[in-house]
Amino acid sequence: MVFKSIMEWVDARLPITDLIKSQATEYPTPKNLNYWWNFGSLALFCLIIMLLTGLFLAMHYKPDANLAFDAVEHIMRDVNYGWLLRYLHANGATFFFMTVYIHILRGMYYGSHRAPREILWWIGIIIFFLLMATAFMGYVLPWGQMSYWGAAVITNLMSAIPVIGEELVIWIWGGFAVGDPTLNRFFALHFLLPFVIFGVVIVHLWALHAVHSNNPDGIDIDEHKDAIPFHPYFTVKDLYGVGVFLIVYCAFVFFLPNFFMEPDNYIPANPMQTPAHIVPEWYFLPFYAVLRSIDFLGSYSKLVGVIAMVAAIGILFILPFLDRSPVRSFRYRPLSKQLFWIFVIDCFLLGWVGYNPADATRFNGALPLIVVGRTCTAIYFGYFALLWIITAFDIEKPKPVPKSL
Amino acid sequence: MTATAHTAAHSHPPVSVQPEEESRRDFLILATGAVSAVGVAGAAWPFIQSWSPSADVLSQATTEVDVSALGKGQMITVPWQGKPVFILHRTDDQIASARKGDAEKLPDPAMDKDRAQKPEYLVLLAICTHLGCVPQPIGSGNFGGFLCPCHGSHYDTSGRIRQGPAPKNLEVPHYVFKDEKILVIGKAVG
Repeated sequence: MVFKSIMEWVDARLPITDLIKSQATEYPTPKNLNYWWNFGSLALFCLIIMLLTGLFLAMHYKPDANLAFDAVEHIMRDVNYGWLLRYLHANGATFFFMTVYIHILRGMYYGSHRAPREILWWIGIIIFFLLMATAFMGYVLPWGQMSYWGAAVITNLMSAIPVIGEELVIWIWGGFAVGDPTLNRFFALHFLLPFVIFGVVIVHLWALHAVHSNNPDGIDIDEHKDAIPFHPYFTVKDLYGVGVFLIVYCAFVFFLPNFFMEPDNYIPANPMQTPAHIVPEWYFLPFYAVLRSIDFLGSYSKLVGVIAMVAAIGILFILPFLDRSPVRSFRYRPLSKQLFWIFVIDCFLLGWVGYNPADATRFNGALPLIVVGRTCTAIYFGYFALLWIITAFDIEKPKPVPKSL
Repeated sequence: MTATAHTAAHSHPPVSVQPEEESRRDFLILATGAVSAVGVAGAAWPFIQSWSPSADVLSQATTEVDVSALGKGQMITVPWQGKPVFILHRTDDQIASARKGDAEKLPDPAMDKDRAQKPEYLVLLAICTHLGCVPQPIGSGNFGGFLCPCHGSHYDTSGRIRQGPAPKNLEVPHYVFKDEKILVIGKAVG
């Protein structure tokens, strides 16, 4: 009774109960959402883990080129449960990207980017860009060899920009090479950006709640017949997903904490020597392979490589308009479905090429990986071109879609 | 009745806006916008500039190196402005190979004599012009020169790009021989 009267007092001033009812508990959700729809809430769960562990790591870390590497070892050896915080955070990045990649691919497969969800999709891509920037800067902070040289290579990408490139890189570095000023500002930005991401995630949810969820059939639904309240049906389902996620995540954190890490990053940063083989974190590998595959344009290779790498993600912005099919979901689009899976395999292949040294070969030199990289890059962009061609010219004949769920 | 009263209470006498007044208002809006834009840009400038190299970074402009102990074929890496610089005491073969390269079709044409003040000393900024990795020491690449391990750029014994994705030759920093022994890299600034 007391609680009820307090809530009445609050609701008269700030309608919280109404918001929770309309946007959470009673929020109409398509009844046929499958497990691929768990990855949005999982991504949010990852963001919260990263914010929490990151905040506590920041209390022990020192963003100084002379102290950073030792500070991380101090966290690992001396700080109570420091090892746990760091392994949760480092592996958290990996699992954050896994959930986000699945979340994006789910959207591509079921046509969640199609009208009227274009802005929702765009906000998602912006989050993805911010996430990559944050992850990149976070990886610099341990100040190991991979941290240092990863930072050197990625910041050098900017120098490909005509006219202002060289000046821009020096400005970003705060010196003539990656150094203490760079580390210091990257730490500040790595602390800030997750909160920016959190803000954009709220806009993402706002955009979602304005147009409501897509569904595996990709059809517009009658919310009286085809929707069920979010609570308890999807709160329970999302919680179940969190449970499964935590089992896999914790398996890595506790039993294979260094599985996704590079041994070279346990060597302190040395500006005078590049490791023999620089590899980015796995989640950047496909894009890294795209960058490297453009090597046949002489002095334009670098600029075009950078453009291709950015375009590999940027092309997602126009995906809602490339796809001209009257049907959203690939469930009812046999040709698009096949292209999609070729695209997914292609992304893994690009990742594998990116993981190998630039001049690696297979079959006793008969197959240089650079050729594989170029082919896969062509297939990557070819997917988007073909998707447009088969839908704009009615080459694909979609199967009949259901009228309701 | 109440509806009528309501409308009456809120209705204003029609305001006739003269054309001059309208353009005056447009001007005021534009002028306010312009002043705000300049103000914001001006206020942003110190923040943007705070990222540029600070005075202590700029002060590390020169590095002096004693090259007398460097035997033929030996190479050292010295830091200059936080960047690695290769100093190679070239052998006769390496000089000959570099001179031979002058006649080849080069991606970034340059003569060896313009790249080494004294033919026996090659001074290079050891930063790959592709994406800034440090190439491996002399002899690591094709053409007898330097291989950048990151993306497979090969530089010759004059530090010129010969193969791979790098667009330009390794940069030759500004340097002078103060005397027979001492090499000064860089130019003092400020």
